[in-house]
Amino acid sequence: MILRNMATKSTTAERARATAEPGTLVLLCLAAWAVPGAGHLWLGRRQKGLVFLLAIPAMFAVGLLLDGRIFPFNLSEPLVALAAVADVGVGAGWVLARMRDAGAGAVTSVTFEYGNIFLIVAGLLNFLVILDAFDIGMGRK
Amino acid sequence: MTSHLLFLMLFAFFVSLVFAVLLRDDPGAQLRTGALMFVGFVGSALLLGWLMYPLPL
Repeated sequence: MILRNMATKSTTAERARATAEPGTLVLLCLAAWAVPGAGHLWLGRRQKGLVFLLAIPAMFAVGLLLDGRIFPFNLSEPLVALAAVADVGVGAGWVLARMRDAGAGAVTSVTFEYGNIFLIVAGLLNFLVILDAFDIGMGRK
Repeated sequence: MTSHLLFLMLFAFFVSLVFAVLLRDDPGAQLRTGALMFVGFVGSALLLGWLMYPLPL
């Protein structure tokens, strides 16, 4: 069973909260990273999960179509490294794009910077979605 | 197609959608929050654009 009920006295309402086991939480976060919205779908938040499942990969795909670049982990350039971390946030889309050599970026393209922003923000939004799924799994929401 | 306004609106749409769904649970509240954020994004970008118009580059 994924969730177990745990009564807490710390809240004003003293209501029962659902919390996941630590191992389950790790799997939940990994699933939420790999497939945006998967964490919410796992926890039964179907509407939210579907919106994330459609919106975040679509945003990532738009970024690739706009000639955006998936940044490499280049620690000698901190901003590039941070952008790379943000790109990774989108999960399976990032893995697939790297495997297919997509996201090389075209600096000469007029939409290059737009593409970069779409790619980076898609990853960052998925980090927020993962945190939200984690909070729900912890019974905080 | 390189419409800056289209890209701006597309970006605002996606970000508003995800934030509205993250922050609100009720579909009606999600719609209101998302619409407000979208208008805020696009409106503030247009306003800032016009404010920066006289600046030399």
